[in-house]
Amino acid sequence: MKVLVIIEHDNETVKQSSFSTISAAKEISDSIEAIVLGQGIDSVINELKKSDHLKKIYKIDNELFQNPLAENLSKAIHKFTEGSDYTHILSPSSTFGKNMSPKLSALMDVQQISDITKIISDDTFERPIYAGNAIAKVKSNDPIKIITVRPTCFEPCALNSSVDVESLETNLDKNNLISFVSYDKSKSDRPELTSAKIVISGGRGMQNGENFRLLEGIADKLGAAMGASRAAVDAGFVPNDWQVGQTGKIVAPDLYIAVGISGAIQHIAGIKDSKFIACINKDEEAPIFNFSDYGLVGDLFELLPKLEEKL
Amino acid sequence: MKALVCVKRVIDYNVKIRVKSDKSGVETDNVKMSMNPFDEIAVEEAIRLKEKNQIQEVVILSIGTDKSQETIRSGLAMGGDRGILVKTEKDQLEPLTVGKIIKSVSDKEKPDLIILGKQAIDDDCNQTGQIVATLLEFPQATFASELKKNNDNTLEVTREVDGGLETVKINIPCVVTTDLRLNEPRYASLPNIMKAKQKKIDVLEIGSFDIDIKDRLQILEVNEPPERKPGIKVDDVDSLVEKLKNEAKVL
Ligand SMILES: Cc1cc2nc3c(=O)[nH]c(=O)nc-3n(C[C@H](O)[C@H](O)[C@H](O)COP(=O)(O)OP(=O)(O)OC[C@H]3O[C@@H](n4cnc5c(N)ncnc54)[C@H](O)[C@@H]3O)c2cc1C
Repeated sequence: MKVLVIIEHDNETVKQSSFSTISAAKEISDSIEAIVLGQGIDSVINELKKSDHLKKIYKIDNELFQNPLAENLSKAIHKFTEGSDYTHILSPSSTFGKNMSPKLSALMDVQQISDITKIISDDTFERPIYAGNAIAKVKSNDPIKIITVRPTCFEPCALNSSVDVESLETNLDKNNLISFVSYDKSKSDRPELTSAKIVISGGRGMQNGENFRLLEGIADKLGAAMGASRAAVDAGFVPNDWQVGQTGKIVAPDLYIAVGISGAIQHIAGIKDSKFIACINKDEEAPIFNFSDYGLVGDLFELLPKLEEKL
Repeated sequence: MKALVCVKRVIDYNVKIRVKSDKSGVETDNVKMSMNPFDEIAVEEAIRLKEKNQIQEVVILSIGTDKSQETIRSGLAMGGDRGILVKTEKDQLEPLTVGKIIKSVSDKEKPDLIILGKQAIDDDCNQTGQIVATLLEFPQATFASELKKNNDNTLEVTREVDGGLETVKINIPCVVTTDLRLNEPRYASLPNIMKAKQKKIDVLEIGSFDIDIKDRLQILEVNEPPERKPGIKVDDVDSLVEKLKNEAKVL
């Protein structure tokens, strides 16, 4: 068994999801290598080098990979793996991995296993289906397993090592059919939604974007990340990438606080691995109470200022 | 320009999923089925492009059993021009196989735009569009929340990615997968539902494709997710904070 982990980064830092993917790889084999493709990635490599469990890091530093275009990445990774003896290729199931990994699987004629949450053996995995309302145990009969890993299900690896790095060149031609135009990064000083210890989210009950200030004060006090339901995002209260749920972000903090969120199954799909869930909702029949460890019935506009004061 | 929209028949998103007691899968007998909501968004987008005269024909493709004709019909009722069913015995094919079939249909149909949902809400795989783009060597724009056709035969697509929005420009022909915020699909009107009955659906047998449809993945069992233990209602903010501090120890 030999595992290749594809590292997600932003040319500056390594995404937490990559460290979680390395931990997942460790459950498959002790022989783990990583590949980083990017441009000007010295700081990424310096951070990644400390990862426990990695035997080696390959880096390809080239302007081709300045932006993570899946066309270029998948081709380069495919070339790199040709003639190698990797049995498993793992990526995080973030939008980066979801965009790129199926392309790699098509190039290699492998049926990818998406978004695994548990490793049973080197060929058998668990993954949620139907928005997490069922869990499938699947066995892959492909000679190489291409997998995306749900990061919140694996603790990030520790950083106590110093791993060898080998630099590689690429002679890949740029794909001229696609070009990068822009990346509009949502600004936030808060912790990342998917790795925060505490997350506080607002739903349609917040009524407008202004009112999210009521959550901000609490998030500041708790050092929490902020999220939202689809209804709140669709209504334009908050940016798109705040959406938590089946089709948004999957979170698993120690504490998830849902405010003015009814608890639709698609929202629950994104939060049910949280250690504790608390909610505030004025409708005591709202489904969110069935999933909450601690539920508070009442008007959020009255309760949130009180909560902020008590913290 | 021609659009090929790929649609999948899935359990309706409002249905409460029940796992079969023999753990072989989920209950689909007597369960309401609908078009995958993401694919509905894809149909809507194609029709809007047609209404803007940027597309001349919208072809709706589904791969599945005979029942998938219903799904194609609902796409035709929304405004699609004609349908293609690639008929299979099996309810579910794997994304790699589906990707190969779509490629093969596309080789014949020569669409300029292949548009489909970013994921199906049954297997939640999120793979098919990417596979199709790779096999056809078309550029892809996944998780689209905005789409604009330029005059130079390119599309400018805004993508919902972690941490923000990415915009890419892709040459036509291309593959786009849709995210929730791209549009709000229309309801088909009664007259349009009636009209759709007259529209043509070509049925192609899967056997006529030279594609190995054997599954690579074996589903060993399907289980209920672990239940969360029942929680409690607290009386006021004070007791909430007290519980979070002293019982849950998360503050
Ligand atoms: C294919 C598909 C994918 C989806 N993916 C997602 C997803 O990823 N994430 C997601 O969240 N949703 C998703 N949805 C949408 C989901 O079905 C729900 O529509 C959505 O989660 C509802 O958001 P909400 O709870 O904020 O709004 P609502 O259901 O309208 O609930 C609002 C709640 O606020 C409460 N409230 C109102 N005023 C107050 C007040 N003053 N004080 C206290 N409480 C108050 C109400 O009692 C109510 O319970 C998806 C749907 C589909 C079809």
